Amino acid sequence: MQAISDAWKHIRRSPYHSTAAVLTMFLTMLLAGLFFLTTVGSSYILRYFESKPQITVFFADNATASVAQTLQTTLEGTGKVSSVTYVSKEDALAIYREQNKNDPLLLEMVTADILPASLEISAIDPAYLTELEPVIKQAQGVEEVVFQKDVVDALLKWTNAIRIVGGVLVGLFALNSLLIVMTVIGMKIALKKDEIEILTLVGASPWYIRVPFVLEGGAYGAAGSAVSWVIITGFLVWLQPVIMGFLGTVPFIGTLFTSVLSQTFLLFSGSFFLFLVLVGFTLGAVGSLIALGRYLKF
Amino acid sequence: MIRFDHVTKTFVGHISALIDFSVEIKDGEFVFLIGPSGAGKTTFLRLLIRDMLPTSGTINVDEWNVNKLSPSEVHLLRRRVGTVFQDFKLLTDRTVFENVALGLEILGKSEKETHRRVLDILDLVGIADKRNNFPVQLSAGEMQRTGIARAIVGGPGILLADEPTGNLDPQTAWDILEILGEIQKIGTTVIMATHNAGIVNELHKRTITLEHGTLVSDEEKGKYYIKKKHASHQ
Repeated sequence: MQAISDAWKHIRRSPYHSTAAVLTMFLTMLLAGLFFLTTVGSSYILRYFESKPQITVFFADNATASVAQTLQTTLEGTGKVSSVTYVSKEDALAIYREQNKNDPLLLEMVTADILPASLEISAIDPAYLTELEPVIKQAQGVEEVVFQKDVVDALLKWTNAIRIVGGVLVGLFALNSLLIVMTVIGMKIALKKDEIEILTLVGASPWYIRVPFVLEGGAYGAAGSAVSWVIITGFLVWLQPVIMGFLGTVPFIGTLFTSVLSQTFLLFSGSFFLFLVLVGFTLGAVGSLIALGRYLKF
Repeated sequence: MIRFDHVTKTFVGHISALIDFSVEIKDGEFVFLIGPSGAGKTTFLRLLIRDMLPTSGTINVDEWNVNKLSPSEVHLLRRRVGTVFQDFKLLTDRTVFENVALGLEILGKSEKETHRRVLDILDLVGIADKRNNFPVQLSAGEMQRTGIARAIVGGPGILLADEPTGNLDPQTAWDILEILGEIQKIGTTVIMATHNAGIVNELHKRTITLEHGTLVSDEEKGKYYIKKKHASHQ
């Protein structure tokens, strides 16, 4: 208790130093939090696309069901496909209606006629995809072939770029925060030189003297994290309709953003708060410990 | 039990503060440490609480070989050896009560026990009514009493007092001596470095005299002899 009270006293008595440390921590944790959410989110999106059929063949409007049936039989005859599913114009409309059930305007404008029939194909081995491609393209009535691999590759490229840029930025900000906390704690140690000398002379243990400084550094990190959590959560709540519009079909993301008052969302944001505060506290405490090792030798 | 065995302390520039100094002080003794400025009194006290290490020789305090204590063990020695400083060394942002309570907080005592014990000690040193005052609101004598209270509140076996009456008027100095006497009566070893010849000569306690870092005398009922300098040109 005394250590907490001493740490609070240190913070209160130099509000400008404390504010600088909290603001730096806030920026670091804001970036780290956004980076974390983007990484986790993109891995769910990737997994979702990877789980979808590897090839989707869209047929021209005038192609009949028997044309699709013929291609299906041909593909199954190669022994290289694990599944082939026919999605008729009516099935496509049903899927469209399910995806846009909350938007009557979009539902009114679309009929089965304007949606293409398609075949969803998964190969036994992704290596067979190149062998299947000419068979599909030469088939009658085929209008467009979408390889899921292209989508996944593009996503992967973006995700990796985000990971590298985000990781480097978070690393730089974390280093900056460590240096700021080290400087602030170093200054506090210099200001409290006489007090520290008295404490050592009357028999205070090294940790009795160090703990308030460690708590102070940790408090800067935790406070910065708490503020960044408020901003990120507010941002997510604001973006909820957009996220649902674009990513509502992705498992977990769809469940999470169904409602910001749902138990899943509240549990997620609570856990995210604890995670951010813990990381921020650790970062601040480590900065303090480095400063103590550097400026406070017993 | 305190034992200095052939202890020498030399500072940078080959200035010797203590030279081949040996002494043994038994538990519960009251010892005056006297000598002119620069004789080595403060060095003796600082070596005893391991504020510095000897250049050679060994220092033992109870079961500890002070030379061999690791930095993480020094605080244990300092809890056994309470120290009263000439410049008081009080925390200016804490009240009298909080300064004294510090001696128990570092030991991890409960709030209730700390409260009770601090009030008892403040009563003993006669400043219970000043417990909510900050050091700037105290007289020199009251600050010294606060320093003594902080040094003894944890119940150390040994109490070092470095010129505790140096900044005080004669009456307050005698009051402080009375308090130190009371502390010795409960079994604490008291070592007091002083320039106050009147006090030493009045109390007839064991007196260790140092001069230029060497032991000049160690008498059971010592006296403070002041050498008068004779001007050679007269």
